[in-house]
Amino acid sequence: MKNFQIIKALSSKSAVSSVGKEKDAMFIAGGTNLVDLMKKNVVAPDKLIDITGIDLKQIEFLTGKVTIGALAKNSQVAEDKIIKENYPLLALALSAGASQQIRHMATVGGNMLQRTRCSYFYNTDMPCNKRVPKSGCGAIGGSNRMHAIFGASDSCIAVHPSDMCVALAALEATVFVEGPKGKREIKFTDFHRLPGNTPEIDNTLQNKEIITSIVIPENNFSKNSHYLKVRDRSSYAFALISVAVGLDIQNNTIKDVRLAMGGVAHKPWRLTETEEFLKGKTVSETTFRQAADLAMKGARSYGENDFKLTLGPNAIFEALTIAASK
Amino acid sequence: MSKTSNINRVDGFAKVTGSATYSAEYKTSGVTYACLVGSTIAKGRIKSIDTKKAEWAPGVLAVITHLNVDKPVGYEQPKSRNNFGQPLQIFKDDSILYYDQPIALVIADTFERMQYAASLIKAEYLKETHSTDVQKVINKGKTPERSKDYHRGVEDGYKNAEVILEEEYTIPTEVHNPMELANIIAKWEGNKPIVYTKSQGVEGTRRSIGGVFGVQPEDVEVHSEYLGGAFGMGLHTWPYEIAALIGSKKIGRPVKLVLHREQMFTNVGFRPYTIQKMGLGATKEGKLTGLTHEAVALTSSYEDFTEATVNMSRFMYDCANVSTRYKIVEMDTCTPIWMRGPGEATGSFALESAIDELAHKLDMDPIEFRKRNHAEKDLEQNKPWSSKYLLECYEGGMERIGWKNRKNKPGSVREGEWLVGYGMGTGTFGSYRSPATVKAKFLSNGTLVLQCSVNDMGPGTATMMTAIGAEITGLPAENVVIEMGRSGLPKGPTQGGSATTSSVGSAVHDACNLLVSKAIGLAHETNVFKSTPIANLTLSNGTVISKDDTSKSVTLVSLLNDNKLDELIVENESKGSEEARKYSIYSFSVHFVKVLVNPNLGKIRLAHVVSCADIGTVINQKTSAGQMYGGAVGGIGMGLMESLEIDHRFGRPINNNFADYHVPVNADIEKQEVFFVNKKDPISNPMGTKGLGETALVGMAPAIANAVFNATGKRVRDLPITLDKIIEPSVAMT
Repeated sequence: MKNFQIIKALSSKSAVSSVGKEKDAMFIAGGTNLVDLMKKNVVAPDKLIDITGIDLKQIEFLTGKVTIGALAKNSQVAEDKIIKENYPLLALALSAGASQQIRHMATVGGNMLQRTRCSYFYNTDMPCNKRVPKSGCGAIGGSNRMHAIFGASDSCIAVHPSDMCVALAALEATVFVEGPKGKREIKFTDFHRLPGNTPEIDNTLQNKEIITSIVIPENNFSKNSHYLKVRDRSSYAFALISVAVGLDIQNNTIKDVRLAMGGVAHKPWRLTETEEFLKGKTVSETTFRQAADLAMKGARSYGENDFKLTLGPNAIFEALTIAASK
Repeated sequence: MSKTSNINRVDGFAKVTGSATYSAEYKTSGVTYACLVGSTIAKGRIKSIDTKKAEWAPGVLAVITHLNVDKPVGYEQPKSRNNFGQPLQIFKDDSILYYDQPIALVIADTFERMQYAASLIKAEYLKETHSTDVQKVINKGKTPERSKDYHRGVEDGYKNAEVILEEEYTIPTEVHNPMELANIIAKWEGNKPIVYTKSQGVEGTRRSIGGVFGVQPEDVEVHSEYLGGAFGMGLHTWPYEIAALIGSKKIGRPVKLVLHREQMFTNVGFRPYTIQKMGLGATKEGKLTGLTHEAVALTSSYEDFTEATVNMSRFMYDCANVSTRYKIVEMDTCTPIWMRGPGEATGSFALESAIDELAHKLDMDPIEFRKRNHAEKDLEQNKPWSSKYLLECYEGGMERIGWKNRKNKPGSVREGEWLVGYGMGTGTFGSYRSPATVKAKFLSNGTLVLQCSVNDMGPGTATMMTAIGAEITGLPAENVVIEMGRSGLPKGPTQGGSATTSSVGSAVHDACNLLVSKAIGLAHETNVFKSTPIANLTLSNGTVISKDDTSKSVTLVSLLNDNKLDELIVENESKGSEEARKYSIYSFSVHFVKVLVNPNLGKIRLAHVVSCADIGTVINQKTSAGQMYGGAVGGIGMGLMESLEIDHRFGRPINNNFADYHVPVNADIEKQEVFFVNKKDPISNPMGTKGLGETALVGMAPAIANAVFNATGKRVRDLPITLDKIIEPSVAMT
């Protein structure tokens, strides 16, 4: 690891202005991913701006929405009583991620900004277009058991590793950011991006911008929602596939629905077409199976992850069934 | 072993409070920090290596490569490959034999400066075509000198049977990866090396280091008093240890070198990738008539590593015609090293899966099938068993797991949405005994000191020694002090092969008995006991008493004081008896599992795990149960998760970290039990113990595979059993 400076910012404004002066400066909060990346020499910032002193840790319930500060800890959100009651999908997704120790350190903003866990990205003597543009993709034709089945490109088949973000994509959250040009909002589903020819860019956050909060609108999914995570062991493993589902069921009819998958794409994979199909339908096994099959439209596998084409619809069916039966 | 059979782990407090000193934690004045830089190719030569930037970096004391190394004199010894080959001679020349092979040692005054300097080293290579994929060279296997083909009865006699099973089983490379990283502090006192290192055998480490540096083993000082696990990786003296000594010699200061976690996957051995072919034949009534077991296992290009993968098949069952063949293939990797349960764990996966498959083919309960082929004696050595309570293990396990709920037809038991499967696998391991010397001392403060250079990598060796010492001398366990894990003490064996209790425990037993006799002899010379026959004297709780007249007594403390002695000493070497050679001495274990499977998600839940073992006398319930739990969990990792994935295009592992290389977590095992038959072996050693550490793991992986088959009808023959191997498309309703 090369030497670096670390300074503490006390407001989002001072954080943004501090980073502005430095060539290779980065923000650090919980550090659960960034420190790994530095130890592995994947990133080597000259300067770190510690933003954990900024007052962005609050969870505020307002009429019709909740605002969660970007520096709220994953465990804090997961264990919040009102979040558990009104947004159980988010609490379930957060609890499914990482380990208790990591959840105590990791922040909401940091969770969104974590990098892919693709092995080729982490090993600096391997090809990876995300780490070194134009160096090639090691995962294509290599070890790709964890990799994407949706929205990948010839440049990159990595997936976004977050559980929390899958729930936030389903819940139609909005991301609030602050930068040198002021404040702006980004729709959660527009925050992360697909790799295309520029897989080195994970998201639409601009240079020197900082996430300040996310806002989730009120919903009617608190009764019938579920986060299903399929992984290689019962805890502390990234999702092979995960499914976030929220159902608004009235008189056995699906009035509204949200559906998103994790572990399948470079971003949380929102399934709007499948949602449209489900809306207005009666809850039934047949409906859920048809939805599960529809959700896989356009899926493509790369060898070691062929099983995801089978696991995907099975997981969606299972998640819909569990959510509906709650 | 009544009073002492449940004492607490004597080093437990030191370990959980952090006061136990592990090798890299010794306070050493003037210590420096080193790391190894690894090659980024799997085979070829170093074309050039640029160390200038690293040498000029702040705080750097030395950068050592093949270009500037002072080669130890041992490197000049003629190379022989006729038997084991030769450990990698670090920095000897420009050749690269495996990915991440050390190409440079960087030493600096602080840890951070060392790390930074190491990142500045750049090498260029002349690449050669590497070979890391065993499947591609399976026919290039050679039979090692010490693993000759074995035949009993008709060669490949299974082929003549009424019912035949032929299948192939594969296990991937698995890594030991104990929590404590491989580490060393190396220094020199004149020409004498002193090391604080992670070793399972102090005496072996002395010989290895002595050989490399041309020093007598007696002149090598080794400390390895606490180990944070090893699982076999501490059985070899690795190149990193030699590198630290080379570095220390060069700079004239102590060098501390701790491997990175990633290097634990590439530089300190592993359980080798192995392909096994089984051929089994039986009568329709379920009598085994033939068994052939073949294995091809990976080794490095420079050392012939072998293990007893096929041996279990020679004696486990009553079968007239048995053939085994074992081959190794040279691959461009580091040399493997025995990993807990070693070859037997690998072999049992094939044997115990195949037995289950054949029982299924015969439509017979797999335990009934095993009982019909129960070996009443060891047909390989043609000797009686010293003791064998395998049938008791079957019974105990069947009862605890609820075997009666099992149906032979796969997929026929359900609990709600879950498919239920029951499976079991048998394990065994030779119960060995090596010579060991123990010094036992009574001190005038009432303490019993037991000394032996043997290591305790975690099984509870010190606790076992304490229990035996306390039992024999009649002293409370709190009065026993153990000194172990360093050179200069009476010589103990390497800790491996489940032999420590049998070897060192026996030596403690014998030395303490001699010490008690010595104390009684002294007491008999006192006025108190002059008229008492010596046979009537006994030692209890630090006091010599007469069995007939308990009013008479002499304390050990007063005995020492009256004789003006600081201590009473016995040093004694113990070894196995001639009588024991007439018997075949094995431990046996049986693992039972109940799995719940969701075939749509491929999820396997271990609802209940029961491990039963016949290990002779149980010296300590707590540490033995701890070992059995740990071994079973290791077997669960082998069965369900562990696999070092190699990208053969680059000849390197891609999951060399704990996030991607999975071992089980608590949440994976819902209920776990351990059960010991606890019957004394009349032959093995004075205590009647047999080995435990290895057999605790052997047989678990096939138990899981058999249970998964019973639940789903899917037979997985390539470990680990990950969900992609059992997932099924969900059945469309209509």
